[in-house]
Amino acid sequence: MARNGVVASQRWRSDGDVSSQQQPPADSVVADEVHVLAVDDSLIDRKVIERLLRNSSYKVTVVDSGVRALQFLGLDGEEKKASSIGAFDSLKIKVDLIITDYCMPEVTGYDLLKKIKGSSTLREIPVVIMSSENVVTRIDRCLEEGAEDFIVKPVKPSDVARLRGYMATSEPSVRVNKRKQRESCESCSSLSTASSTSSSISSSPSLSPSPPSSASPTPMSISEPSSPSPSPSPPMSQSVSAPCSPSLSEE
Amino acid sequence: MDRNQSHRQVATMKQSLFDQGYLDHEQFNQLEELQDDANPNFVEEVVTLYYRDSARLVHSIEQALEKSPIDFNKLDSYMHQFRGSSSSIGAKKVKAECSLFREYCRAGNGEGR
Repeated sequence: MARNGVVASQRWRSDGDVSSQQQPPADSVVADEVHVLAVDDSLIDRKVIERLLRNSSYKVTVVDSGVRALQFLGLDGEEKKASSIGAFDSLKIKVDLIITDYCMPEVTGYDLLKKIKGSSTLREIPVVIMSSENVVTRIDRCLEEGAEDFIVKPVKPSDVARLRGYMATSEPSVRVNKRKQRESCESCSSLSTASSTSSSISSSPSLSPSPPSSASPTPMSISEPSSPSPSPSPPMSQSVSAPCSPSLSEE
Repeated sequence: MDRNQSHRQVATMKQSLFDQGYLDHEQFNQLEELQDDANPNFVEEVVTLYYRDSARLVHSIEQALEKSPIDFNKLDSYMHQFRGSSSSIGAKKVKAECSLFREYCRAGNGEGR
């Protein structure tokens, strides 16, 4: 795992609930409040992952493609307007974890991961990749791009049990402030309000004024107050989607 | 005692599938464990989906094999899907055959020998 364990779970309460800054300590996060978005183009796998997740008392949304996932998350091209008109906020989406298959047509799990990590509003959501293929280069690439974990299919209950750890948060949701600020000004770099909410967050308050459009690669100034991004060097990874003809171009 | 008999028969059949390597013990058991009172037909539903899906895939594969020249990438893609769903169900032998098939695809070996 690339991350050093602490993930700030982003509770995207669209009502801008200030009280969400005070996140409950990790061990008191109630399972049935947790919302997982599962993405898989295989019908059978969708059914299985849904059951696995629901058995763990998570609230689950399952979609059948990367495209649908992007739509659900508001990252489908509409995000350019998101900051100005708060479109994403109005969707009232709260996603605590995204678990996605790697090999999917059009928008692969890797593409999805990149888009999420490239989105200033969504990058804190932990993303887990699943794949039937145990390809080291693939795993590395995903972890470098910010995935929390890489699960080799078939997914087992023990894998799902592990997801819990990625969602735990021990830090207040600083992002709420950033998001509110962004609503009023597109590229805000000052987070003076944010830095006052957390005692454990030490990194600089300046937010890389990443443009809301997540289509472009992340400008990699890692000044996020949450756990440091796994790749210190800019993961200006290929803008070409990672090939999904399994292993054909990866070995 | 019909019901018990049926249960025994099913258990025997299942064990036989495990023993012969058709069905992966661990994976199938996990599916069964996902079934409960709230989802009493889970396994049946999943397996039914699998059969339907497999039939579709086999049909596509047959069609692809009839083309000339064979589109190995397409075949490989079908096999990838087939292998994936087989794996999720615990259909061990099918999964293994899919893997083998894919090797042939990658080698451009249309004869499979």
